[in-house]
Amino acid sequence: MSAPTKPQAANEVYRLPPSLFHGRCKACWFLAGLLVLIVASFWSLDLQWAQFFSGEAARSMGRFLAEFFPPDTSPEFVSRVAQGAWETLAMSALGTLIAAVVGLALALPASRLHEGDAAWGRAPTRLLLNALRSIPELVWAALLLISAGLGPFAGTLALALHTSGVLGRLFAEAIENAPTGPGAALRVQGLGAGRVFLFATLPQVLPQLMSYTLYRWENNIRAAAILGVVGAGGLGQLLSFHMGLFQMNKTATVLAAMLLLVGLVDAMSNLSRRLLTR
Amino acid sequence: MSTTVLRAPDRDPAWLGRVFWISALLVLLWPLGVATEFKPWVLVEPRNLKVTAQFLGGFWPLTLNAEFMGLVLRETWRTVAMATAGLTLALVVAIPFTLLSNRVLSISALVGPMARGPAWLRQGVRWFLVFLRSIPELVWALVFVRVVGLGPTAGVLAIALTYGGMLGKVYGEILESGETHTTQNLLRNGSGRLQAFFYGLLPTNAAELTSYTVYRWECAIRSSVVLGFVGAGGLGQQMDNSMKMFNGGEVATLLLVFIALVALADQVSAWLRKALG
Amino acid sequence: MKIDLQALSARHPAARVGAVPAIRLIDLQIASGEQVAVIGPSGAGKTTLLQVLACALTPTAGSLQLDEVAPWRLSRRALQRLRGQLFLAPQVPPLPPRQRVVTAVLAARLPAMGLLASLRSLFYPNDIPGAFDALDRFDLAEKLFERVDRLSGGERQRVGLARALLAPAKLWLIDEPLSALDPTRSRQAIDTLLGSARERGVTLVATLHQVDVALAHFPRVIGLRDGEVAFDLPAEQVTRERLAALYDQFEHELRGEVTPIPENNVTTPQPVVMHCR
Repeated sequence: MSAPTKPQAANEVYRLPPSLFHGRCKACWFLAGLLVLIVASFWSLDLQWAQFFSGEAARSMGRFLAEFFPPDTSPEFVSRVAQGAWETLAMSALGTLIAAVVGLALALPASRLHEGDAAWGRAPTRLLLNALRSIPELVWAALLLISAGLGPFAGTLALALHTSGVLGRLFAEAIENAPTGPGAALRVQGLGAGRVFLFATLPQVLPQLMSYTLYRWENNIRAAAILGVVGAGGLGQLLSFHMGLFQMNKTATVLAAMLLLVGLVDAMSNLSRRLLTR
Repeated sequence: MSTTVLRAPDRDPAWLGRVFWISALLVLLWPLGVATEFKPWVLVEPRNLKVTAQFLGGFWPLTLNAEFMGLVLRETWRTVAMATAGLTLALVVAIPFTLLSNRVLSISALVGPMARGPAWLRQGVRWFLVFLRSIPELVWALVFVRVVGLGPTAGVLAIALTYGGMLGKVYGEILESGETHTTQNLLRNGSGRLQAFFYGLLPTNAAELTSYTVYRWECAIRSSVVLGFVGAGGLGQQMDNSMKMFNGGEVATLLLVFIALVALADQVSAWLRKALG
Repeated sequence: MKIDLQALSARHPAARVGAVPAIRLIDLQIASGEQVAVIGPSGAGKTTLLQVLACALTPTAGSLQLDEVAPWRLSRRALQRLRGQLFLAPQVPPLPPRQRVVTAVLAARLPAMGLLASLRSLFYPNDIPGAFDALDRFDLAEKLFERVDRLSGGERQRVGLARALLAPAKLWLIDEPLSALDPTRSRQAIDTLLGSARERGVTLVATLHQVDVALAHFPRVIGLRDGEVAFDLPAEQVTRERLAALYDQFEHELRGEVTPIPENNVTTPQPVVMHCR
């Protein structure tokens, strides 16, 4: 009997899995690229690891942290911090409110109200909304300080501008995804786009819009707290002022007030959202 | 036709409620406006208007000379590098804490309620992560600038801590809300916790975890620009410098580069998430 | 309003170009003030016919004349005015879920209201007695200030029909008015619709699956099958053989076993993670 060159399997020849890293595997190239990016980032930044992890730095860090305690709780300072907290709260609330109004006004041209709506303004308005929301609130505040001067007014406007971009885009998507039945019925009766929006689309999306606005308020209170670092008033201004003077126990009080304020607004926003979407 | 004769109501019952809430809102607007010194007419005061016009006028022409563009590109890279390095360190911070706080990997919880000690440990780790998240990264950066001086180190560390807290919390939520049956089965059959993680939790949720991390990277780029305003370098610091010198052309170029960078990162992140998920 | 269709064909809005038209070569004349029922199996083109009559769909061939005016030759403003004179009640009642019944019903009158009056009506309904009377004729008067999503499917359908009584229209086009109603309510609804139409001299065209109701109440019945008119006769002349031929292979519909229309679910809105914090 002639010896077979290779033992024949009764079933299909099986394939071994490919080796771990080879030319076809997209995930491997992606991982490789990612590693290159990470290594390049660390290498090019010349980070002061030695300085951070040295014993000297640890001691100075320890001393620095010890200065935070005890936090300054004298009544007149606490009242000033309370004033700053109220200013921050007002900034966030008013900024979010203005942004909701402006966002809704911009969301109308930025959305296709119904199939067959030419929506000429859609692309440019979306571009505007993207530009508004790409620029962080702090950068807006720094820009607006030039026109509005130091103080919470610049901070309110900065929050309003940035949040208009965010809310405008969210509102436009909500409007585009609203069910079309009621609007179509009114359009068949010959009503113009404005009244169709007011009587059919807006009643349907209003709970969603309010939910987004309240959710953004939670975000904005955090932003408002730090806008003061560039001079826009509120707790941030107190923070950078006292940190600049190395008055760490006063800084600790301001930080505690910030955390409390954020927690309070989170709770209020959650409660309101649950009440409104009952 | 109805059998009883009803009279048409003559008032809308919801009217009073609406009037009340709208009035309450309007009444509340006044103290808010006072507290924020909301004076829109300040914007059009002649002095401010002149300064604004000068600044905006400086926007065109954009500063596009080779030296400045070289600077801009270097700073853009530094911003991206700061974000990437910060997020990598955030992962280093987040992963151990996620594993520690994860209820799915609890062996005592396999048979009845979790034991006291481990439960307190897990809750403590969660509170720690919340603490890390709650302090804005700008505050961390201000603190670190005092310790390590100006430069990207402070920014990288600030992002690492804040984002570590954020990633830790969201990873924990993703891992616990996914399918836990596989992992618990492995634990029941005697495998170690890390083994159960690598063979059970991680493969099940890998797509969602990576998707969220890529999304966070995009946010880290925006954060690192913001941190530049307190001395951490990159595009933000350059913008701060140019604004302080009232150089409208440079500011405009930097803003446009920043918007383009964010749009690019947005696209890359969306493409990556689609490719992975 | 007088209707005149000559050799009219129309395609379903979502159909491909080149597909078979939903209605073909329809010749139809309806005098002002007539009441007509349109019957036929599913897919016969009844809804498409109503949409063409409501000027919501352009015909691909043939001519349409309403009161001897060709609507698609009019200017846009004149077409809008013409549309204000007709009323289409679709199969799924077009009521925004969280709106109150009073506002939803009064919205039917919007073509006759000016802009300022419309805006005022949003805040305070301008004709509560009118809405009350319209709803009372469908036995829904006590639901006047209820929210639409708190009504049952049958009640919502009746609210959709009550809108017709308030519309400033000379032509009522009603699609499946009785699909969610029990026999008593069906009888009440049909009586009210036909009674009001006769009082006001309004032309009424209704599509129905309930053939017995159509034959009992409507003086003229049109049978549609596969997009063409199978017969157009006074009700007494519609024989059982004609009905059987019309509903050939769709006998279950003739017997009254129609699949119910799905109700759209109201989902609670969840904020999307689209921010960087």
